[in-house]
Amino acid sequence: MNELAITVIGPDRTGIVADVAGALAGVGANLTDSTMTRLRGHFAMTLICTGPTVEAVEKALEPVSADGGLLATVRSVPPEADTEPVGEPYLLSVHGADRLGIVAAVTRVVAAGGGNITDLTTRLTGPLYVLVAEVDLPPGVADDLATALAVAADELGVDVTLRPAESDVL
Amino acid sequence: MSDALADWKPDVLGVAGRVLPVVTAPDPVLGRPGAEVDPMDPEVVQLAADLVATMRVSPGCVGLAAPQVGVSAQVFSLDVTQHPKTATTHGTFVLCNARVVEASRWRPGREGCMSVPDLTGDVKRAGRLVVEAVLPGTGEAVRIATDAFEARALQHEIDHCAGKLFLDRVAGAHAVYQRKVYL
Repeated sequence: MNELAITVIGPDRTGIVADVAGALAGVGANLTDSTMTRLRGHFAMTLICTGPTVEAVEKALEPVSADGGLLATVRSVPPEADTEPVGEPYLLSVHGADRLGIVAAVTRVVAAGGGNITDLTTRLTGPLYVLVAEVDLPPGVADDLATALAVAADELGVDVTLRPAESDVL
Repeated sequence: MSDALADWKPDVLGVAGRVLPVVTAPDPVLGRPGAEVDPMDPEVVQLAADLVATMRVSPGCVGLAAPQVGVSAQVFSLDVTQHPKTATTHGTFVLCNARVVEASRWRPGREGCMSVPDLTGDVKRAGRLVVEAVLPGTGEAVRIATDAFEARALQHEIDHCAGKLFLDRVAGAHAVYQRKVYL
């Protein structure tokens, strides 16, 4: 079965999700994992679907993006590998005065420490830049990574916190 | 010791509080751990009165820590009496050098902050809390046992005194929100 990675982004308006989901359903594309949010007035969708071909989905999305407002991309991706997460979940918070390269510098330190970012959100509000990331860390690296992050944060003039993510199993 | 807190009123400070400007992130003072203070120091007494005065004129403000008025010190004011989520309350008070000594019954809740006016976040805090501190002006040691919203507010203000914001404790990458409602 085809697995497709689809992105749609454009100025926010009523009905984008309904239009895109309707077009996908119309060609038998089964929407599996997705994330959809509004970023600074743009509505952004990242979707994984299974079912039809790239060409069929592109054609189905043409009417949705016909007015030029929405930009859609579709590509075929290999099916998900059976990889169990081996890391321990951590949460990273960064906040400080906005400047170029905060995400680049902080995530480079995380990658160099063997950390895998699984979710990340940034927000810019006035002069304040905030980054919150969920990170899988190999066992035993958290202390060294926290030290390296503190050095990077000091150079950037931002505050950083790395702490274990809690998961309550009920 | 709890009687000392019950008897404590801002008038005990004996000085008039001044309304100070509240600093907002990314002001570096908010990220700096505050120094321990001498509760009898006249400057600390004045600061305590200023925090109460500034808290009172700020709509919806239930607590204000010294770093939020630009002073890197372990002093904060609190008053959650009017808040709907309050169970136990100790009225209006100011604490110096506060320490959490017992914390239990952790619960998530949405928090905002006058120093981060455009964002809110989901933060897990202890719903049962015991704090030890000293009172400004008298220097008396107090031990405060509280719960619910007063416990949450105490932890938020103690974090400020340690140079931490609620942003350092949010529950996940999708636990920070653009604030939609202002008081």
